[in-house]
Amino acid sequence: MLKMTHLSKVYRTEVVETYALRDFNINVNEGEFVAVTGPSGSGKTTFLTIAGLLETFTGGQYHLDGVEVSNLNDNERSRIRNEKIGFIFQAFNLIPDLNVFDNVEVPLRYRGMKTAERKERIMNALERVGLASRAKHYPAELSGGQQQRVAIARALAGSPRLLLADEPTGNLDTQMARGVMELLEEIHREGATIVMVTHDPELAARAQRNVHIIDGQVVDLAEDPRFHHAVTSARAGSPA
Amino acid sequence: MFAYYLQLGLRSLRKNPLLTLLMVLAIGCGVAASMTTYSVFRATSNNPIPDKSSQLFVPQIDNWGPESTQHNKGEPPNAMSYTDAINLMRDKRAKRQTALYPAQMSIVPTDPSMLPFRETSYAWYTDAFAMFDIPMLYGHPWTANEDESHAAVVVIGKELNEKMFNGVNSVGKNINLNGRDYRIVGVADRWNPEPVFYDVTNTNGFDDPIEVFMPFTRAVELQTATNGNNNCSHDPGKGWDSWIRSECVWLGFWAELPTKSEADAYRSYLNGYAAEQQRSGRFRWAPNNRLRNVTEWLEYQKVVPQEAKVSLMVSLGFLLICLVNTVGLLLAKFMRRSSEIGVRRALGAPRKEIYLQFLIEAAAVGLAGGVVGLLLTGLGVMGVSLVFEPDVAKLAKLDLSLVLLTMLVAVLTTVLAAFYPTWRAAQVQPAWQLKSN
Repeated sequence: MLKMTHLSKVYRTEVVETYALRDFNINVNEGEFVAVTGPSGSGKTTFLTIAGLLETFTGGQYHLDGVEVSNLNDNERSRIRNEKIGFIFQAFNLIPDLNVFDNVEVPLRYRGMKTAERKERIMNALERVGLASRAKHYPAELSGGQQQRVAIARALAGSPRLLLADEPTGNLDTQMARGVMELLEEIHREGATIVMVTHDPELAARAQRNVHIIDGQVVDLAEDPRFHHAVTSARAGSPA
Repeated sequence: MFAYYLQLGLRSLRKNPLLTLLMVLAIGCGVAASMTTYSVFRATSNNPIPDKSSQLFVPQIDNWGPESTQHNKGEPPNAMSYTDAINLMRDKRAKRQTALYPAQMSIVPTDPSMLPFRETSYAWYTDAFAMFDIPMLYGHPWTANEDESHAAVVVIGKELNEKMFNGVNSVGKNINLNGRDYRIVGVADRWNPEPVFYDVTNTNGFDDPIEVFMPFTRAVELQTATNGNNNCSHDPGKGWDSWIRSECVWLGFWAELPTKSEADAYRSYLNGYAAEQQRSGRFRWAPNNRLRNVTEWLEYQKVVPQEAKVSLMVSLGFLLICLVNTVGLLLAKFMRRSSEIGVRRALGAPRKEIYLQFLIEAAAVGLAGGVVGLLLTGLGVMGVSLVFEPDVAKLAKLDLSLVLLTMLVAVLTTVLAAFYPTWRAAQVQPAWQLKSN
């Protein structure tokens, strides 16, 4: 589903080159739930933005659903984002001027979908996250957990092949975070491929597989003993 | 997507009413200033007879010589002497031709309760009706024979016909002019070309419609004085006969020359005529003639007032300043929504959709600016007389074409002003925007 080979991302200024990703390799199979972990500044979010075609990369190869994406133009990248990828952001990124229904509708509008189909998909997605009754509410009228559920509904409405989540519970309290995580697990059980970036070992432990990044490279989780221990403890159900 | 983007645009405009108001007022004021001055410029620079403007010519003959014309860069007099006009009429070298002048006419109503009154009156030859495409409501112009016979006939205008005969067909009835009865042979429909190209020298290009047309020959026979300018290089002497035999210039002259070859031939004819006058001793200088068509004549006569040009330029500059302000306001408005743009890009909006969304929003601003501009243009047109001469000011009209033009200019200029802000909006990098959130 998602395969990056020897991928690199370099930020250049006049005086310095900074490698955000270096010889980065990852392979996510269809139906997997992968947690991408690592300390702050390790390159997790850069990986996610490249995976989501929000950013270009400097070298290497990236195949998404069998398509090599490095040479695609803006229209083609936008179409793939719209049809194959669903995003869930830490800050929810709902459009404050649009109500819940209209927020979920945004990606479907760019797909040129007919009104009736759009409406059906939006209501199905909102029912799935338990917010059908809040369709006319504005984001400011919802709790953080509800806003993230709207963002998940927006990601699901387009039936994407890949869900990319960036710290999806980072702005939520424990109870809301648990609810969102359970929802993601449920979506995964229904067959979705999910790549979730997190620095929370407890969340990472709930994924099928962990990919750990340090200094822009994928490393064995054992190379970060503290995080490894925390994840192992979380899997075993005991505090780290 | 158009309706969707329009809806988003209107919602966004409602969200920041103050910013929206500033933009709408900036565009409205700029457009109104431009359209108000344009309404004057359009009327004064209008081609009054577009189908024939390249076929109707004013011949000018230098019957004064270099001593008198040097103050005007050697240009021949703007009007013609009676001698030259009659000679040109006699030679009939054009398809149609007429000498003309505004005549002093008092109309004496048959109704004793009505007082005599003056109307704009012209004396010319019958060819003028066909040359100038004057529409007839009833009857027809007088004939060439009636020109020859100095017949007591007239064509009257629609307004005079309504005033004197309640608008019914008055052909065959009599009308009393300067104490003499004339038979009405035709009633002309309203004909008021703007500018009044046929007699720029006496009207400065703007006047009321003609209400009485009478044969030139009849007017001259009755020694009807001109109501217009009379310029003499020397004392003409006393009496009517001395005056019409003098070199005083007081007549307009028009020749219809449909093709270039006919115009060239007429130029040769004029030169030949002037050379003949030189040989006969009347002119003591080489031929110095001009032949200008309607457009050239109006330009030469500077019919478009200088203040109309200047005020149009100033108002266009003002519009430009308003648009520069609008660029800044739109930029602030659009860039404030960088996070929305980032989200839309992440969810699959290509750059062209961002362009479309924000240009449509700008068009909505332009439309609102156009409505405000229309209201202000209406006020501006009413207040034009504060800046321009009354004859010119009254030409400024807020008609359908100006309404449409105002809306079009408002929308197009706003969309144009929105290109840079929209380009900046489309450059928003979704990854940076989403990371920064």
